[in-house]
Amino acid sequence: MIPAPFEYVKVASVDEALSALAEHGEDAKLLAGGHSLLPIMKLRLAIPSALIDISGIADLSYVRVEGDGADAIVAIGAGTRHYELERDEVARAEVPMLPHVAGRVGDPQVRHRGTIGGTTAHSDPASDLPTALLALGGTVVLQGPGGRREVPVTEFWTGFFETAMSPDEMVVELRVPRTGSTGWGYEKFTRRENDWPIVAAAAVGSRGGGAGGPLRVALANMAGTVLRATATEEALAGGASIAEAAELADQGTSPGADMHADADYRRHLARLLTRRALETAAGAA
Amino acid sequence: MQVSITVNGQQRTDEVEPRLLLAHYLRETCGLTATNIGCDSTSCGACTVVVDGLSVKSCTVLAAQADGAQVTTLEGLAGSDGELHPVQAAFRAEHGLQCGFCTSGMVMAAIGVLADNPDPTDREVREGLEGNLCRCTGYHNIVRAVRTAAQAGPAAGQVPQAQEVVQ
Repeated sequence: MIPAPFEYVKVASVDEALSALAEHGEDAKLLAGGHSLLPIMKLRLAIPSALIDISGIADLSYVRVEGDGADAIVAIGAGTRHYELERDEVARAEVPMLPHVAGRVGDPQVRHRGTIGGTTAHSDPASDLPTALLALGGTVVLQGPGGRREVPVTEFWTGFFETAMSPDEMVVELRVPRTGSTGWGYEKFTRRENDWPIVAAAAVGSRGGGAGGPLRVALANMAGTVLRATATEEALAGGASIAEAAELADQGTSPGADMHADADYRRHLARLLTRRALETAAGAA
Repeated sequence: MQVSITVNGQQRTDEVEPRLLLAHYLRETCGLTATNIGCDSTSCGACTVVVDGLSVKSCTVLAAQADGAQVTTLEGLAGSDGELHPVQAAFRAEHGLQCGFCTSGMVMAAIGVLADNPDPTDREVREGLEGNLCRCTGYHNIVRAVRTAAQAGPAAGQVPQAQEVVQ
C-alpha cells in the first residue's frame, strides 16, 4: 500500500512549522512519528497535499517539573517519543501513570517512533495516552500564528479525529498536574498485546482528594472520543463503593461494534476495567 | 527529492519520491530483500530494521524520514568473512525459524531486546518481541534462540559499524 503523492517539507523549529502550515493551508498535515498518520495515508483515508516533518525539532522533546507543592505541573514536550516517556525518571517519579501507559502503546518498534503530541493531535478514541491524560487532567498547549494558548484536556478532543485545534496551530506541550504517590490504575483489554485497546480504563486520585485530587476515571473506545466516566466519579464522590460506582461506568457512553466486540460487550468491559483500575488506584494510595 | 542514507555502513544518495516507504527503498532501490513486507500495516514486524540504533517497522517510515540516518538491515549483520551475528547464529542453532518469513524482522527486533536487556527471561523476550508475529507459531524456539544469543555477551545487542542499539 502506497500513499498518494504529497509534498515533503522538513522543518527545524516551531516557527518554521507554523510558517509551512500557513503556506500550505488546510490540506497540509504535520508529521512527527507518523505511526497514526502514515497507516491511514497508505489506506488513502487521508490524502494530505503536504507533510511537514516536525521530528527534527530537537527542543520539543523533554519532561520537566514546573512549580512546586500542590500546584506543581509536569510539562512534556509534544515531540517526546513513547519510549522516551516510558523510561523518563522525572515522569516516573512525578506522574507515574503516564510512563506506564506510554509503555503499553503498541509494541517497542511503535514506541520508538510515536510521540505524545502526535497521539494527542490525532484524536483516536482508542488511544492509550489521551485516555491517561484525560484522567489526569491538565492542558494541551497549542501554538499558532497568534501565539500560545492552553486548552483543558476536557475540551480538547471534540470528535473522532477532531480536536479544538485550528488548522494553523500545532501541539507543542502537554501539561499535567503532578500526582506523585497518589494512587492510579490503567486497565487495557486487547486480543494481542500490540493492538489498540478494545476498551481501556484509567483511574487516578483518592477518595479524600488531597494532592492528587478526587478519583477520576477515563475510558478509551467507548464513544467518538476518549471520555470521562462521570456517573462513576459522581457516585464515588457521593460515598458509593468502588463496586457500586464501577457499575455506572458505561452510563453516557456510546460504544460502537466491530469484529472485536459488540456494544454490549464493550459496556461490560468498561464496567469491569473501571472496577479493576479503581481497585488498583485505591490499593496503591 | 534527494535522500542520503547510510545503509549497512555504506552511504548512498538516491533520488526518491517523498511517498516512498523505507521498506520499499531498501528492497527496490537498494536491492536488499531480506527485509520482508508482511501485513504492511505496522502489526507483524517482518519489515523491522534498525534506524539510528532503534528498531522500527520500515513499512511505516518514509525513506525521507530516514534522510541522514544509519540504517541496518539483516544483510548488514554478518561479518565480511561471513561470520554470523550472535543472534543469527543462535536462530540457526536453536532452529528459531520454520518458513523463515518473519525471521529477518525477528532477528532485528531481538537485537533491540538484547540491547535493552542483555539477559532477559523468557517472559521478557516474549514481551520484547510483542511487535513481531510468526505465522508458523514457532515462538518457543525463537525465545530459546534469543536467550542463547544473550550468552554471547554485549555483541548480541549491537549492530555492526559501531552503531549503538538503544531500545
